[in-house]
Amino acid sequence: MNKLLLIPLVLFIALVAFLLVGLNRDPHEVPSPLINLPAPDFTLSQLREPNKTFSPKEMRGKVWVLNFWGTWCVACREEHPLLLEYSKTGAVPIYGVDYKDDREVALQMLNQEGDPYVLSVSDPEGRTSIDYGVYGAPESYLIDRDGVIRFKQIGPITREVWQKEFLPRAKQLSQ
Amino acid sequence: MKYVVLVMLVFLCLAGATAAKEAQPNEDPKIEQRMKALTEQLRCLVCQNETLADSRADLAEDLRREIREQIKAGKNDQEIIAFLTARYGDFVLYNPPVKRTTYLLWFGPFILLIAGTGVLYRYLKHRRELISDEPLTADQRQRAEEILRGESG
Repeated sequence: MNKLLLIPLVLFIALVAFLLVGLNRDPHEVPSPLINLPAPDFTLSQLREPNKTFSPKEMRGKVWVLNFWGTWCVACREEHPLLLEYSKTGAVPIYGVDYKDDREVALQMLNQEGDPYVLSVSDPEGRTSIDYGVYGAPESYLIDRDGVIRFKQIGPITREVWQKEFLPRAKQLSQ
Repeated sequence: MKYVVLVMLVFLCLAGATAAKEAQPNEDPKIEQRMKALTEQLRCLVCQNETLADSRADLAEDLRREIREQIKAGKNDQEIIAFLTARYGDFVLYNPPVKRTTYLLWFGPFILLIAGTGVLYRYLKHRRELISDEPLTADQRQRAEEILRGESG
Protein backbone atom coordinates (compact mmCIF):
# COMPACT_ATOMS: atom_id res chain seq x y z
CA MET A 1 0.00 0.00 0.00
CA ASN A 2 2.83 2.39 0.82
CA LYS A 3 4.27 1.76 -2.60
CA LEU A 4 1.00 2.92 -4.14
CA LEU A 5 1.33 6.18 -2.26
CA LEU A 6 4.63 6.79 -4.00
CA ILE A 7 2.99 6.83 -7.45
CA PRO A 8 1.65 10.40 -7.23
CA LEU A 9 5.05 11.54 -6.00
CA VAL A 10 6.81 9.87 -8.91
CA LEU A 11 4.28 11.36 -11.34
CA PHE A 12 4.76 14.76 -9.77
CA ILE A 13 8.53 14.56 -10.11
CA ALA A 14 8.15 13.48 -13.74
CA LEU A 15 5.86 16.45 -14.37
CA VAL A 16 8.31 18.85 -12.75
CA ALA A 17 11.09 17.40 -14.90
CA PHE A 18 9.04 17.98 -18.06
CA LEU A 19 8.24 21.53 -17.00
CA LEU A 20 11.87 22.27 -16.19
CA VAL A 21 12.99 21.10 -19.62
CA GLY A 22 10.11 22.99 -21.22
CA LEU A 23 10.93 26.22 -19.41
CA ASN A 24 14.50 26.15 -20.61
CA ARG A 25 13.52 25.72 -24.21
CA ASP A 26 12.85 28.61 -26.49
CA PRO A 27 9.49 28.02 -28.16
CA HIS A 28 10.54 30.37 -30.92
CA GLU A 29 13.27 28.04 -32.04
CA VAL A 30 11.61 25.78 -34.51
CA PRO A 31 13.87 23.05 -35.93
CA SER A 32 14.51 23.72 -39.59
CA PRO A 33 13.63 21.00 -42.09
CA LEU A 34 16.45 22.31 -44.30
CA ILE A 35 19.31 20.93 -42.21
CA ASN A 36 21.38 18.50 -44.29
CA LEU A 37 19.55 19.55 -47.43
CA PRO A 38 20.98 21.61 -50.29
CA ALA A 39 20.81 25.34 -49.66
CA PRO A 40 18.04 26.81 -51.84
CA ASP A 41 19.44 28.52 -54.91
CA PHE A 42 18.92 32.18 -55.71
CA THR A 43 20.36 34.90 -57.84
CA LEU A 44 20.04 38.30 -56.20
CA SER A 45 21.49 41.68 -56.89
CA GLN A 46 24.43 42.71 -54.74
CA LEU A 47 23.89 45.41 -52.17
CA ARG A 48 26.95 47.48 -53.05
CA GLU A 49 26.94 46.87 -56.77
CA PRO A 50 23.32 46.45 -57.84
CA ASN A 51 24.15 45.45 -61.40
CA LYS A 52 26.17 42.48 -60.18
CA THR A 53 24.48 39.39 -58.85
CA PHE A 54 25.43 36.65 -56.44
CA SER A 55 24.33 33.04 -56.29
CA PRO A 56 25.22 30.35 -53.71
CA LYS A 57 26.45 28.22 -56.63
CA GLU A 58 29.54 30.43 -56.75
CA MET A 59 30.45 29.16 -53.29
CA ARG A 60 30.87 25.50 -54.25
CA GLY A 61 34.00 24.11 -52.67
CA LYS A 62 33.92 26.55 -49.78
CA VAL A 63 32.51 26.41 -46.29
CA TRP A 64 30.66 29.64 -45.61
CA VAL A 65 28.01 31.37 -43.56
CA LEU A 66 24.90 32.99 -44.98
CA ASN A 67 23.47 35.56 -42.59
CA PHE A 68 20.00 37.09 -43.01
CA TRP A 69 19.88 40.59 -41.58
CA GLY A 70 18.15 43.94 -41.91
CA THR A 71 18.59 47.44 -40.56
CA TRP A 72 15.06 47.22 -39.10
CA CYS A 73 16.06 44.24 -37.01
CA VAL A 74 17.18 45.11 -33.49
CA ALA A 75 18.76 41.74 -32.77
CA CYS A 76 20.83 42.03 -35.95
CA ARG A 77 22.39 45.20 -34.58
CA GLU A 78 23.22 43.34 -31.43
CA GLU A 79 24.91 40.64 -33.48
CA HIS A 80 26.70 43.06 -35.78
CA PRO A 81 29.86 43.80 -33.69
CA LEU A 82 30.45 40.09 -33.16
CA LEU A 83 30.14 39.39 -36.87
CA LEU A 84 32.63 42.17 -37.52
CA GLU A 85 35.05 40.61 -35.07
CA TYR A 86 34.65 37.13 -36.57
CA SER A 87 34.94 38.34 -40.14
CA LYS A 88 38.34 39.80 -39.27
CA THR A 89 39.64 36.42 -38.11
CA GLY A 90 38.92 35.08 -41.61
CA ALA A 91 37.89 31.70 -40.18
CA VAL A 92 34.68 31.45 -42.21
CA PRO A 93 33.57 33.87 -44.91
CA ILE A 94 30.26 35.52 -44.01
CA TYR A 95 27.82 36.52 -46.74
CA GLY A 96 24.75 38.57 -46.02
CA VAL A 97 21.20 38.71 -47.28
CA ASP A 98 19.76 42.12 -46.55
CA TYR A 99 16.21 41.11 -45.97
CA LYS A 100 13.18 43.35 -46.62
CA ASP A 101 15.26 46.46 -46.36
CA ASP A 102 16.00 49.71 -48.07
CA ARG A 103 19.27 49.58 -50.01
CA GLU A 104 20.35 53.11 -49.12
CA VAL A 105 19.66 52.71 -45.41
CA ALA A 106 21.45 49.35 -45.37
CA LEU A 107 24.53 50.75 -47.11
CA GLN A 108 24.60 53.70 -44.78
CA MET A 109 24.55 51.42 -41.77
CA LEU A 110 27.33 49.20 -43.14
CA ASN A 111 29.46 52.23 -43.96
CA GLN A 112 28.98 53.69 -40.51
CA GLU A 113 29.30 50.63 -38.36
CA GLY A 114 31.52 48.42 -40.48
CA ASP A 115 30.77 45.68 -42.95
CA PRO A 116 31.39 42.12 -41.80
CA TYR A 117 30.22 40.61 -45.08
CA VAL A 118 32.31 39.52 -48.03
CA LEU A 119 29.26 40.80 -49.83
CA SER A 120 25.59 41.24 -49.17
CA VAL A 121 22.71 40.73 -51.54
CA SER A 122 19.40 42.49 -51.40
CA ASP A 123 16.14 40.57 -50.93
CA PRO A 124 13.62 43.42 -50.79
CA GLU A 125 10.52 41.22 -51.03
CA GLY A 126 11.78 38.49 -48.77
CA ARG A 127 11.28 35.70 -51.31
CA THR A 128 14.69 34.14 -50.85
CA SER A 129 14.18 34.42 -47.12
CA ILE A 130 10.97 32.43 -47.45
CA ASP A 131 12.87 29.78 -49.41
CA TYR A 132 15.31 29.53 -46.52
CA GLY A 133 12.52 29.36 -43.97
CA VAL A 134 13.60 32.57 -42.26
CA TYR A 135 11.02 33.80 -39.76
CA GLY A 136 12.97 35.82 -37.23
CA ALA A 137 16.04 37.71 -38.34
CA PRO A 138 18.89 37.36 -37.79
CA GLU A 139 19.25 33.80 -38.97
CA SER A 140 22.53 32.24 -40.05
CA TYR A 141 23.21 29.14 -42.08
CA LEU A 142 26.47 27.22 -42.19
CA ILE A 143 26.83 25.80 -45.68
CA ASP A 144 29.38 23.16 -46.65
CA ARG A 145 31.48 22.64 -49.79
CA ASP A 146 28.70 20.77 -51.56
CA GLY A 147 26.21 23.53 -50.87
CA VAL A 148 24.45 21.60 -48.09
CA ILE A 149 23.13 23.41 -45.01
CA ARG A 150 24.82 21.95 -41.94
CA PHE A 151 23.67 24.22 -39.16
CA LYS A 152 21.17 26.97 -38.62
CA GLN A 153 21.19 29.59 -35.91
CA ILE A 154 17.88 31.29 -35.26
CA GLY A 155 18.37 34.66 -33.59
CA PRO A 156 21.67 36.43 -33.07
CA ILE A 157 24.94 34.53 -33.06
CA THR A 158 26.48 34.78 -29.63
CA ARG A 159 30.07 34.13 -28.63
CA GLU A 160 29.04 30.77 -27.27
CA VAL A 161 27.21 29.76 -30.45
CA TRP A 162 30.12 30.85 -32.62
CA GLN A 163 32.71 28.97 -30.55
CA LYS A 164 30.66 25.86 -29.93
CA GLU A 165 28.58 25.45 -33.06
CA PHE A 166 29.99 27.35 -36.02
CA LEU A 167 33.77 27.10 -35.59
CA PRO A 168 34.09 23.37 -34.82
CA ARG A 169 31.69 22.45 -37.63
CA ALA A 170 33.38 24.75 -40.10
CA LYS A 171 36.75 23.27 -39.20
CA GLN A 172 35.51 19.74 -39.59
CA LEU A 173 33.76 20.48 -42.88
CA SER A 174 36.83 22.18 -44.30
CA GLN A 175 39.03 19.14 -43.80
CA MET B 1 19.13 37.21 -24.82
CA LYS B 2 16.05 35.07 -25.29
CA TYR B 3 13.98 37.82 -23.76
CA VAL B 4 15.38 40.38 -26.12
CA VAL B 5 14.31 38.24 -29.06
CA LEU B 6 10.94 37.68 -27.44
CA VAL B 7 10.33 41.36 -26.83
CA MET B 8 11.45 42.04 -30.36
CA LEU B 9 8.98 39.54 -31.73
CA VAL B 10 6.18 41.06 -29.71
CA PHE B 11 7.02 44.46 -31.13
CA LEU B 12 7.20 42.98 -34.58
CA CYS B 13 3.67 41.66 -34.14
CA LEU B 14 2.46 45.03 -32.88
CA ALA B 15 4.29 46.93 -35.59
CA GLY B 16 2.54 44.76 -38.17
CA ALA B 17 -0.79 45.64 -36.59
CA THR B 18 -0.29 49.36 -36.96
CA ALA B 19 1.00 49.10 -40.49
CA ALA B 20 -2.19 47.44 -41.73
CA LYS B 21 -1.26 47.44 -45.36
CA GLU B 22 -3.47 44.43 -45.62
CA ALA B 23 -6.49 45.56 -47.63
CA GLN B 24 -6.45 43.85 -51.00
CA PRO B 25 -9.66 45.10 -52.57
CA ASN B 26 -8.57 44.25 -56.09
CA GLU B 27 -8.07 40.58 -55.41
CA ASP B 28 -10.36 37.92 -56.80
CA PRO B 29 -12.76 36.99 -53.95
CA LYS B 30 -12.57 33.30 -54.90
CA ILE B 31 -8.81 33.28 -54.49
CA GLU B 32 -9.09 35.24 -51.26
CA GLN B 33 -11.59 32.73 -49.92
CA ARG B 34 -9.38 29.77 -50.76
CA MET B 35 -6.37 31.53 -49.33
CA LYS B 36 -8.26 32.30 -46.13
CA ALA B 37 -9.45 28.71 -45.74
CA LEU B 38 -5.91 27.49 -46.24
CA THR B 39 -4.16 29.98 -44.00
CA GLU B 40 -6.60 29.33 -41.17
CA GLN B 41 -5.03 25.90 -40.78
CA LEU B 42 -1.52 27.32 -40.71
CA ARG B 43 0.50 28.82 -37.91
CA CYS B 44 2.29 32.12 -38.18
CA LEU B 45 5.86 31.52 -37.01
CA VAL B 46 6.34 35.04 -35.73
CA CYS B 47 3.27 35.17 -33.50
CA GLN B 48 2.98 31.49 -32.83
CA ASN B 49 -0.49 31.47 -31.39
CA GLU B 50 -1.98 33.17 -34.39
CA THR B 51 -3.01 31.62 -37.65
CA LEU B 52 -1.43 32.79 -40.85
CA ALA B 53 -4.85 34.14 -41.78
CA ASP B 54 -5.13 36.39 -38.73
CA SER B 55 -1.55 37.44 -38.19
CA ARG B 56 -0.49 40.95 -39.06
CA ALA B 57 3.21 40.14 -38.92
CA ASP B 58 5.25 41.05 -41.96
CA LEU B 59 6.19 37.46 -42.60
CA ALA B 60 2.54 36.39 -42.53
CA GLU B 61 1.76 39.04 -45.10
CA ASP B 62 4.56 37.82 -47.33
CA LEU B 63 3.42 34.25 -46.97
CA ARG B 64 -0.15 35.18 -47.82
CA ARG B 65 1.18 36.92 -50.91
CA GLU B 66 3.14 33.79 -51.77
CA ILE B 67 0.07 31.57 -51.28
CA ARG B 68 -2.08 33.92 -53.33
CA GLU B 69 0.41 33.72 -56.17
CA GLN B 70 0.60 29.96 -55.98
CA ILE B 71 -3.20 29.68 -56.09
CA LYS B 72 -3.18 31.89 -59.18
CA ALA B 73 -0.52 29.65 -60.67
CA GLY B 74 -2.92 26.75 -60.31
CA LYS B 75 -1.28 24.88 -57.43
CA ASN B 76 -3.55 22.75 -55.26
CA ASP B 77 -3.75 22.95 -51.48
CA GLN B 78 -1.45 19.96 -50.92
CA GLU B 79 1.24 21.49 -53.07
CA ILE B 80 1.03 24.79 -51.22
CA ILE B 81 1.18 23.10 -47.83
CA ALA B 82 4.15 21.02 -49.05
CA PHE B 83 5.85 24.28 -50.11
CA LEU B 84 5.45 25.68 -46.60
CA THR B 85 6.40 22.56 -44.65
CA ALA B 86 9.53 22.14 -46.81
CA ARG B 87 10.64 25.54 -45.54
CA TYR B 88 9.24 25.88 -42.06
CA GLY B 89 8.62 22.27 -41.01
CA ASP B 90 5.48 20.60 -39.72
CA PHE B 91 5.34 23.26 -37.05
CA VAL B 92 3.34 25.49 -39.40
CA LEU B 93 0.51 22.95 -39.42
CA TYR B 94 -2.11 23.26 -36.72
CA ASN B 95 -3.10 19.73 -37.67
CA PRO B 96 0.14 17.78 -37.42
CA PRO B 97 0.60 14.70 -39.62
CA VAL B 98 0.76 11.22 -38.09
CA LYS B 99 4.36 10.07 -38.33
CA ARG B 100 6.99 8.56 -36.11
CA THR B 101 7.90 11.76 -34.30
CA THR B 102 4.24 12.58 -33.62
CA TYR B 103 3.08 9.10 -32.49
CA LEU B 104 3.31 10.17 -28.86
CA LEU B 105 1.27 13.26 -29.61
CA TRP B 106 -1.44 11.36 -31.43
CA PHE B 107 -1.61 8.16 -29.43
CA GLY B 108 -0.30 9.33 -26.05
CA PRO B 109 -3.74 10.37 -24.77
CA PHE B 110 -5.22 6.98 -25.69
CA ILE B 111 -2.35 5.17 -24.00
CA LEU B 112 -2.95 7.28 -20.90
CA LEU B 113 -6.68 6.53 -21.07
CA ILE B 114 -6.10 2.78 -21.34
CA ALA B 115 -3.48 2.84 -18.58
CA GLY B 116 -5.78 4.92 -16.39
CA THR B 117 -8.70 2.54 -16.96
CA GLY B 118 -6.43 -0.38 -16.08
CA VAL B 119 -5.28 1.26 -12.85
CA LEU B 120 -8.87 2.15 -11.91
CA TYR B 121 -10.05 -1.39 -12.64
CA ARG B 122 -7.30 -2.92 -10.53
CA TYR B 123 -7.91 -0.48 -7.72
CA LEU B 124 -11.65 -1.15 -7.64
CA LYS B 125 -11.08 -4.89 -7.76
CA HIS B 126 -8.55 -4.67 -4.98
CA ARG B 127 -10.91 -2.59 -2.88
CA ARG B 128 -13.76 -5.05 -3.37
CA GLU B 129 -11.45 -7.80 -2.16
CA LEU B 130 -10.65 -5.74 0.93
CA ILE B 131 -14.30 -5.32 1.84
CA SER B 132 -14.93 -9.00 1.30
CA ASP B 133 -17.08 -10.56 4.01
CA GLU B 134 -15.34 -11.18 7.25
CA PRO B 135 -17.96 -12.61 9.59
CA LEU B 136 -18.00 -11.21 13.13
CA THR B 137 -16.98 -13.43 15.94
CA ALA B 138 -19.64 -14.30 18.50
CA ASP B 139 -18.20 -11.74 20.95
CA GLN B 140 -18.18 -8.95 18.38
CA ARG B 141 -21.74 -9.78 17.33
CA GLN B 142 -22.96 -9.60 20.89
CA ARG B 143 -21.21 -6.26 21.45
CA ALA B 144 -22.64 -4.89 18.26
CA GLU B 145 -26.12 -5.85 19.36
CA GLU B 146 -25.59 -4.13 22.71
CA ILE B 147 -24.43 -0.96 20.98
CA LEU B 148 -27.43 -1.00 18.69
CA ARG B 149 -29.76 -1.38 21.64
CA GLY B 150 -28.03 1.54 23.27
CA GLU B 151 -26.86 -0.46 26.25
CA SER B 152 -23.19 0.08 25.82
CA GLY B 153 -20.86 1.60 28.41
